[in-house]
Amino acid sequence: MYFETQRLSVGYSGKVLVRDISFSVDRGKILSIIGPNGAGKTTILKTISRHLEKITGTVTIENDSIFRLSNRELAKRLSVMLTERVDPELMTCGQVVAMGRYPYTNSFGRLTSEDRAIVSEALRMVRAKELQDIPFSNTSDGQRQRIMLARAICQQPDIMILDEPTSYLDIRHKIELLDILRSLATEKKMAIIMSLHEIDLAAKISDYIICVKGDTIENCGAPEEVFTSDFIKSLYDMEGGTFNTLLGSVELVAPQGEPDVFVLAGGGKGIPVYRQLQKKRRAFSTGVLFENDVDYQIASALSKCVVSAEAFNPVPELKLKEAKALIDQAQFFIDTGVKLGAYNEFCVELLNYAKERGKMILYDTQELFSQNL
Amino acid sequence: MNKNKIIRYQLVYIVLLFLIALALVLNVNTGSVRLSPAKIFKIIFMGFEEGSVESNIIWKIRLPRSLTAALLGGALSVSGFLLQTFFRNPIAGPFVLGISSGAKLFVAVAIIFIAGSFSGITPYLMVLFAFLGSLITLGFVLLFSQKTKNMSVLLVIGIMIGYICSAITDFMITFARDNHIASLTFWSMGSFSGASWGTLGVISVVVAAGLFCSILISKPMDAYQLGEGYAKSMGINIKLFRLILVTLTSLLSATVTAFAGPISFVGIAVPHISKMLMKSSKPIVIIPASFLCGSVFCMFCDLLARTVFAPTELAIGTVTAFFGAPVVISLMVRQRKNRQ
Repeated sequence: MYFETQRLSVGYSGKVLVRDISFSVDRGKILSIIGPNGAGKTTILKTISRHLEKITGTVTIENDSIFRLSNRELAKRLSVMLTERVDPELMTCGQVVAMGRYPYTNSFGRLTSEDRAIVSEALRMVRAKELQDIPFSNTSDGQRQRIMLARAICQQPDIMILDEPTSYLDIRHKIELLDILRSLATEKKMAIIMSLHEIDLAAKISDYIICVKGDTIENCGAPEEVFTSDFIKSLYDMEGGTFNTLLGSVELVAPQGEPDVFVLAGGGKGIPVYRQLQKKRRAFSTGVLFENDVDYQIASALSKCVVSAEAFNPVPELKLKEAKALIDQAQFFIDTGVKLGAYNEFCVELLNYAKERGKMILYDTQELFSQNL
Repeated sequence: MNKNKIIRYQLVYIVLLFLIALALVLNVNTGSVRLSPAKIFKIIFMGFEEGSVESNIIWKIRLPRSLTAALLGGALSVSGFLLQTFFRNPIAGPFVLGISSGAKLFVAVAIIFIAGSFSGITPYLMVLFAFLGSLITLGFVLLFSQKTKNMSVLLVIGIMIGYICSAITDFMITFARDNHIASLTFWSMGSFSGASWGTLGVISVVVAAGLFCSILISKPMDAYQLGEGYAKSMGINIKLFRLILVTLTSLLSATVTAFAGPISFVGIAVPHISKMLMKSSKPIVIIPASFLCGSVFCMFCDLLARTVFAPTELAIGTVTAFFGAPVVISLMVRQRKNRQ
């Protein structure tokens, strides 16, 4: 393995914050560290980039301990992108990027034509060529992050360490930045280690995930292994709300109480209605949903009363009975306009049942809220 | 782009050198005794009329004084630039942070309690005491700066330390023996009037060494502008670098204080003017430019101090404040704007 830590303990002034950290990353791979705020993600990153003294354990690059390398040697093999706000006076973006050549230039920092070519190449990689002569202070957050990334690329490292590179960025810039990181890993064969807040993005970008909680690494492995809804809930001590690992979506706290609205849904028609009801904190029941239906994913996050049926099979009579029982409990019946087909004719049956039972039939939530029902 | 920059650098250097020459001529030429430029030229370069009053005025008073103003002005500006790099704050400077006042206090102690008189102390001893004073006050400022990340608080602390040092100095001067008071009072207000060839020798040695070392650390200074974290990640030994920076800045500002007393605003205003002229903050360009610019600034300020209300001489700080304070105010306003 290219970069490896073994039984590493990190912390401040001798006090251990996280212990027994053992992981490794190969070149061309991306490792993300996730965990709640204040868990020590930054402390780990600072220690493995030698900004902080380790407490115990080893960190090696190609079997060389990073604590034995000279400053310059380490700077040639490892570069960082930090969360510190950079505010240099009268510097153009190009000059900031060129600073990455520091370990390679002579004692007066003179740039050779080769250095300049490397700076240009780095700017091209982060798609910021046009920013070269722009003063750094005139750039937006998104541009700044890309410039600081170009600076880190200029250092021509084999391993790059990034502390929350996506914070402060809007969704477009987040995606762009992660895409650049992926191409650095594949094209330049860099090993990349970063901390990320967005667990949905972490699952998609990373080859390897480690989760920090309390004073230990709670879980690690490939994203598919690590990310289960229950694990995410316990990692972040989430009390309400859920993280859907299949869709990567975050759902807010489910409404409490006895459901008095039954939603007839399916094929994605239910989701906007569920969300509306959640905003008004109105408990609802819904069904019958096939388990491969996208509505099912969201409904089960937002309601306890969901009648579901195995996909690719006709709905058993028992499930219809359950649904009818829920309709009996409810006062209102929302028909979301599910597209009817050969296998969901039961929808008509349920609608007719609601009518028979004298339930108020509505077609969207607006009616429900506007009449203060 | 790059070519334009180099032309700009060269142009600014040439203009500054020309201004230094001009200031030197004006300084030597102007005063209560008027001399024609031709005569000055003859006296300086051809040893004309050796021993005459004119020759003495030029050789013993005006020439050393102008050169002292040039060297100390340059040293003060470079010291300010180093401090601004250190604190990453454009308003840091030896005077604002109380370092000049600390040096002043120590020199006053040396004069009153050790040497017994202003003339009884050797120039090297003066520098040594001023250096100690600078280091100790800067040490205090650093101690507080670790407790607060807020730059405004740091500046206020520096100003307060400066006031404390000045108060103690004034207190000692008040109770010093009569024969010290006149020279001490004037020196403690800041003036180049004490210049002589003897002190000039010491000044050139110390200032040249300080300037040379500052240029040697211009590469890490450049990287330090990106912040400590990044500087460290590029391979800079931060502790060593900070130590060198503190030592150099103390040495340079101590030299100034030892020989000319505390001079305000030069340390902040001149590096800023140099950066504006060069449109760059690259230390390797700005250190020499600050030095030259500081020389010009102080020589002209000294000229004004001597001549505006002649024969009464103004304290040099009065003149530098007059031109420097507006620059500092504009800096403060701009910094606020950037933060918002």
